[in-house]
Amino acid sequence: MKRVLTILLSITLVLALAVGCSQAPDQGQDQQEKMKIGFVYIGSATDAGYTYAHDQGRLMLEQELGDRVETVIKENVPETQECEKVMTDMIDQGCKVIFANSFGFQEYVKRVAEANPEIIFLHCSGSIQGPNYSNYFGSIEEARYLSGIVAGMKTQTNKIGYVAAYNIPEVIRGINAFTLGVRSVNPEAVVKVMWTNTWFDPAKEKDAAVALLDQGVDIIAQHQDTTGPQVAAEERGCWSIGYNADMSNAAPKAYMTAPLWNWGAYYVEAVKSIMDGTWTNEPYWGTMKDGLIDLAPLTEVAPEGAQEAVTKIQDQMKAGSFDVFAGPLKDQSGQVVVPEGSTVSLEDQLAMKWFVEGVEGKID
Amino acid sequence: MQFRIVKKAEIGKKKRALIFLGSIFAALFVSGLFLAFLKLNPFQVYIAMLQGSLGSAYRIEQTIIYAIPLLITSLGVAIAFKMKFWNIGAEGQILMGAFLASYFALNYSHLPRPLLLLIMFLAGFVGGALWGIIPALFKTKWGTNETIITLMMNYVALKWVVYLQYGPWKDPNASGFPRIANFAESAVLPELMGVHVGWIIAVLLTILVYFFLNKSKKGFEIAVLGESVNTARYAGVNIFSTVVLAMVLSGGICGIVGFIEASAVEQTLTKDITGGVGFTAIITAWLGALKPQWIVLASTLFAILIQGSSYIQSAFGVSTYSAQLLEAIVLFFVLGSDFFTRYKLIIDCPILSRIKESGK
Repeated sequence: MKRVLTILLSITLVLALAVGCSQAPDQGQDQQEKMKIGFVYIGSATDAGYTYAHDQGRLMLEQELGDRVETVIKENVPETQECEKVMTDMIDQGCKVIFANSFGFQEYVKRVAEANPEIIFLHCSGSIQGPNYSNYFGSIEEARYLSGIVAGMKTQTNKIGYVAAYNIPEVIRGINAFTLGVRSVNPEAVVKVMWTNTWFDPAKEKDAAVALLDQGVDIIAQHQDTTGPQVAAEERGCWSIGYNADMSNAAPKAYMTAPLWNWGAYYVEAVKSIMDGTWTNEPYWGTMKDGLIDLAPLTEVAPEGAQEAVTKIQDQMKAGSFDVFAGPLKDQSGQVVVPEGSTVSLEDQLAMKWFVEGVEGKID
Repeated sequence: MQFRIVKKAEIGKKKRALIFLGSIFAALFVSGLFLAFLKLNPFQVYIAMLQGSLGSAYRIEQTIIYAIPLLITSLGVAIAFKMKFWNIGAEGQILMGAFLASYFALNYSHLPRPLLLLIMFLAGFVGGALWGIIPALFKTKWGTNETIITLMMNYVALKWVVYLQYGPWKDPNASGFPRIANFAESAVLPELMGVHVGWIIAVLLTILVYFFLNKSKKGFEIAVLGESVNTARYAGVNIFSTVVLAMVLSGGICGIVGFIEASAVEQTLTKDITGGVGFTAIITAWLGALKPQWIVLASTLFAILIQGSSYIQSAFGVSTYSAQLLEAIVLFFVLGSDFFTRYKLIIDCPILSRIKESGK
């Protein structure tokens, strides 16, 4: 026992000395008052998908605000208490603003925000606000609708597969918008949904796509963070709609287009407003009109005439005159849920728990 | 030229310590090359790792929070390992402990806090112990291979918790997101000196396991059984009851980790509750030579390594994968060095031996 104690003590001493004698990299004197901003990522910044898109936004923030900001990131953060720790660590390292990019972080954002009232927290895709925390998201539905047009024109089997993460309103909304887009040009087509219960798992996502392809779909769309489903479509000689980023590298012969997030547009605006003191906890909801949402350029794989059809609707969206969820909308049983002349309010969109006609799948 | 591996005789403590230190330096050197390849100054990174894990009260607390489950789980598996019963099932035992404790947390939150926490503590122990008894019975009754059984039972426990999380226990207020509701305040372990009281449980368990293994009759019987079943039988040790008792304790202690993590850290049950600690603990238990006093040291050092590498990710913008690679390099050398405490490498080289001979 004595020897253990001696060794323990001496190790502690050496460590204490090492810590005492050195200068931490984050304690270096800043000539200017830099604002340190933390990004908590669900995936990897190199996932070529969701987190990649966020990281591009972060890089844009650094480019736009230059010396006034310093950003730190933490990748592959699970939606568990670990993310609470990651955020607390970031505050410990001097972060004043924290962006957390996944729905499942919500509970923990709230907890850490309430314990650190002087820090501002911005949570992507959630729905709760407090004095120092809020959320940001946008109408990716618009781009999904447009990508649905492309898929609807391309399909030959009239069956389209959709690899989906969790059956939460965000994903359901996207599936509905995509299906409405598909059926606006091809009323015969159906969209088959396969749940994976993960945001980020290339193998699982790919397996789900393969299962859909086995059921006879010839196009794969996705609400997933990686290119797994694209690869499955490529390998089967089918076609695909990506998500988050241009995925043509992963599936050059399959990929047609993808709904895109331009997170930088929001990050720059949000950080600027925090710097000049005009930030409020009003949730941010960006649209195609605001430049937060976009559709990736159509590739050569996309069907003839798709570009014109897309541009026509996209122009209306940019002008703010196109509503994806305008009635009449029928649910899966064929019943009219949203009558002609009305629409789905943003509040109802955020709580959407039903599929439109043309979707084949279940929300448990 | 030829290489031969020869078993060494027992080596002294001094030599063993030297080999250990040597392995640390070798690890630091190789990771240094890797860091230099990433265009980082290795010394700065190592110092930052220490600062990130020990540089402030908050960081020390975080390191301790990592160390608690690691230490307790290592103690648990060490009891089984001492008996040469290869309990690879700590993950499952933690999950089942967490499950049973969560059952009471979710359904009896109206009970007074101390009473509910005590019930949850016992439930955690029972949950883990049940998952430990099963492989013990299989082994003693039918001579099954406990490594396989305990390993496989991890997945049974995991799938069970996944089923609960995505099915019957799913929080209806989470708008479809598969998570179990948070525990009420009465089911959450309080903090003492900045860290949840799990650390007190860890300290007490270390002392208890130390005395159990070193000073009690049963502890001695476990060690004898580990050395040789026939000797134990000859000495009149009841093999059945000893194996079962050891696995009740081993699994039960791991189950307590499930209770602590669910109650104090996660404040709910999730399928990720173990954080892989059940496997890491196997390493720390061996690094600590299955002795509680050394396991404390091994777990603490390991927690410093984890917390430190987590820190450098944000401080230097090192990716998760690079940080994990650093952890792996350290482990590779430290565990690999164990080889040299037991074996030595002899190089048969005709030229060398001729030179040696001619020198004589």
